[in-house]
Amino acid sequence: MRPVPCRLRASTDATGRKAFQMIEIFNNADAWPALPEIFLAVAAMALLLLGVFRQRNSADSVAMLAMAALAVTALMVIFAGSGRDLAFGGAFVVDSFARILKVMVLFGSSAALVLSVNFMKLERLERFEYPILVMLATLGMMMMISANDLIALYMGVELQALALYVVAAINRDSTRSSEAGLKYFVLGALSSGMLLYGASLIYGFTGATSFAAIARAVAGGEQVTGLVFGLVFLIAGLAFKVSAVPFHMWTPDVYEGAPTPVTAFFAAAPKVAAMALFVRAMIQPFAGIAGQWQQIIVFIAIASMLLGAFAAIGQTNIKRLLAYSAIGHMGFALIGLAAGTQEGVRGVVVYMIIYLIMTLGTFGCVLAMRRRDGAVEEIADLAGLARTNRPLAFVLAMLMFSLAGIPPLAGFFGKYFVFLAAIKAGLYALAVIGVLASVVGAYYYLNIVKVMYFDEPAEGFEPVPAEIRLVIGLAGLFVVGFVIIAKPIVTLAQAAAASLF
Amino acid sequence: MPDWPILSVVTFLPLVGALFILVIRGEDAIAVRNMRWTALSTTVITFLVSLLIWLDFDPANPGFQFEETWVWLGGAMNYHMGVDGISMLFVILTTFLMPICIIASWGIDKRVKEYMVAFLVLETLMIGVFCALDLVVFYLFFEGGLIPMFLIIGVWGGQRRVYASFKFFLFTLLGSVLMLLAIMAMYWQAGTTDIAQILREVKFPAAMQTWLWLAFFASFAVKLPMWPVHTWLPDAHVEAPTAGSVILAAILLKMGGYGFLRFSLPMFPVASVDFTPLVYTLSVVAIIYTSLVALMQEDMKKLVAYSSVAHMGFVTMGIFTATRQGIDGALFQMISHGLVSGALFLSVGVIYDRLHTREIAAYGGLVHRMPLYAFVFMVFTLANVGLPGTSGFVGEFLALLGAFSANSWVAVFATTGVILSACYALWLYRRVIFGALEKDSLKAVTDMTPREAVCLVPLVVLIIFFGVYPAPLLDIFGPATDGLVKTLEAGIDAAGALQAASLN
Repeated sequence: MRPVPCRLRASTDATGRKAFQMIEIFNNADAWPALPEIFLAVAAMALLLLGVFRQRNSADSVAMLAMAALAVTALMVIFAGSGRDLAFGGAFVVDSFARILKVMVLFGSSAALVLSVNFMKLERLERFEYPILVMLATLGMMMMISANDLIALYMGVELQALALYVVAAINRDSTRSSEAGLKYFVLGALSSGMLLYGASLIYGFTGATSFAAIARAVAGGEQVTGLVFGLVFLIAGLAFKVSAVPFHMWTPDVYEGAPTPVTAFFAAAPKVAAMALFVRAMIQPFAGIAGQWQQIIVFIAIASMLLGAFAAIGQTNIKRLLAYSAIGHMGFALIGLAAGTQEGVRGVVVYMIIYLIMTLGTFGCVLAMRRRDGAVEEIADLAGLARTNRPLAFVLAMLMFSLAGIPPLAGFFGKYFVFLAAIKAGLYALAVIGVLASVVGAYYYLNIVKVMYFDEPAEGFEPVPAEIRLVIGLAGLFVVGFVIIAKPIVTLAQAAAASLF
Repeated sequence: MPDWPILSVVTFLPLVGALFILVIRGEDAIAVRNMRWTALSTTVITFLVSLLIWLDFDPANPGFQFEETWVWLGGAMNYHMGVDGISMLFVILTTFLMPICIIASWGIDKRVKEYMVAFLVLETLMIGVFCALDLVVFYLFFEGGLIPMFLIIGVWGGQRRVYASFKFFLFTLLGSVLMLLAIMAMYWQAGTTDIAQILREVKFPAAMQTWLWLAFFASFAVKLPMWPVHTWLPDAHVEAPTAGSVILAAILLKMGGYGFLRFSLPMFPVASVDFTPLVYTLSVVAIIYTSLVALMQEDMKKLVAYSSVAHMGFVTMGIFTATRQGIDGALFQMISHGLVSGALFLSVGVIYDRLHTREIAAYGGLVHRMPLYAFVFMVFTLANVGLPGTSGFVGEFLALLGAFSANSWVAVFATTGVILSACYALWLYRRVIFGALEKDSLKAVTDMTPREAVCLVPLVVLIIFFGVYPAPLLDIFGPATDGLVKTLEAGIDAAGALQAASLN
């Protein structure tokens, strides 16, 4: 619990008394650790009011303010102190793991907003609801990351999912976008149902919803069979959120159907949040039956890596290809979770940091694919890019090599740390299948490089807007220069992992 | 010994040159000329600086020299550089061949900027491989080289460049990822990725050695390449531009042999002995089979490529004899082959630039129009055959000597390879250089230009010099090889003692 600043407590005038009451409420609910989330929620509602009352031309200012709100929230998360704080009677936890992943999520969401500004203007999709929905989804993600109780978990997941359903269909005049939204909604509702069913089974067999109590019950070692049933359903629901095989079917359609900046958003922050939730929900409450869930994760990881590697080969649409690539990458990240050790969690965190930035950079490049008559998204449209736009081709090529995991680029280190954990945990078969899948996957990443560098140039793209150039440039720098900045990032991930054990 | 980090300077100097080239603006003739000269001067300066390594190198010291350590990922993974008698000459070989490659690429007029940058980045990565004394750093350099080479083959290559570049990339990657897993397993076993420390202190359990050896073998056998995973090489060589072929044959292949000497033999001695029959078999098959294949080629570059595989067979055979002569011979053969195969690819490039065909049948009687060229090509051909007096002889002779003492049957079969190499090399020479000058397309051919002579003459000089007087190289290998053989014997004895103890 955070000590109340005494300056406020001592004030006697009317507003001071109101503030004092607020503080009392906060204190009673232990809400202080959730202050950044509360701020974000209030900011989202305020921006909603602003958008509604100003009606016309409010999209730009709302988007700017939303980015500012996300940035302020990130600062609040960073400067909220260290150590482990509980809120809402233990349902909400803030530790180093939560802080680091929340900052990543906030960064991913604001970068996605930055990427969307120009596109939404050109495609006449400027709606002030979009940034607000992104904020609400981000709020849900922060809840997911901090969830320390099955009910808090479900609340976070649903808040995030409901906002995402709408965002996927934001281009309501386009059949593809509406189809993507509907598909995502139907399948998402199914997975939420499974998750809820799993949660209720777990509650039934352990008598608790809080992670700590479940961990105690699991360590007690009774009624394992029923618990495992619940666990399987819970994992199914979470696997849907990270789009791991066999719950990946929505991913290619939603990636392809949603407007590109929305896809960029989908591919980045929600994946990080879902992976964080997945890790916490496995490592903390179910540490006692790690042997049970590890097998499932191993299977999901292998299936995702293989499907991601093979199914992407035949794709011609770059967004669809990136969807399969994302499925594969989730498989690689899950290798770290399958290890179930502190090294494994460190691997997952390093992987997700690198994945987040690579994804944002890659989608920045996809957004830069725009000709005079609109956006294009076929791989063949990139032909000869190395001669029509050298910097863009270079960064995209580096991102592709990095996604393929070729050293000395960033993507290699993500794979390095998860495989390191798998080898230590003795998961040799998983590691060997994983590296072989990465070789297969390298083929389609190379294919994009080939189209850009070896093929004859097609018509060039329109000049790239400054803010997208910024995102692409930073992502390119990160990917190429990761060797130099590896140490602090690995140290951060190490701290995050240590706080879970 | 200099008090500045000479190895890092040599390694990253080409990268600085690449940055300079990147900031040159424009595509006009002046800009292109500036790019070429920047690349050339960078590589020449790198070569000159790298000569300081040779000058200051203490051949009597079998350990690592010029060591540099910087904390990198913390704990057990650090940026650690250093060279010993095994690796030092590969660094020099790389820096020596790079200026020649740049001069040989003077005629490239398509996307010069990317070309020069790719070569300079490749140089950094190649030097890094031979200097790295940390497993992870080694892997970064080893694998990183794939990216520029992929682009070099794919952008500036011949007809089937896309196929060749993909095959090169995926084959090599497939082998290497298994090595990566082995590196991780070594890290958890040894608690460090420092090569020097592992060589000094760590003994891996025999059962583990088998798997680690196989994983490293997967990588190096593809890189070297050994039969039957050599099939990427002819494709890559044929399609790559001349300088790319030179680098591939002269340096990239040597990384496999270097890897065997640096990792497989000293770190996994028991497994190395266990697998020696396998390596012998593959080496002998490579020597005989690929020589026969080379005999039947109609494409000059393909012929040289297959002859490379055969010569690399001598290298693997020599290394795994685990004798002083065998390893000395393998090392000498690698340096010599670096010079000779590079020179052969450059020679093929010279006539390819004139007629734009690599078909052997398209040539004949060149001696009448190109006497100077005929002479240097003869020197290279004879060096490839291993004629006494050329550097090719010393390596093959020592390797065979080692093989005789280890296993005479292997030596008998391998020696037939020497005869076969004489067949294909001399036959190639006869068909291209001798005979009547009948073809119209050849009637107007001119002899080597000064630029081509600048590339080839230093190679002629070195090949003959080291053939007559191999001591400068052997003196440097010697102590390191001695140390290696001793480590190997000690490792096998230790394992034997352990086994005896467990039996009792």
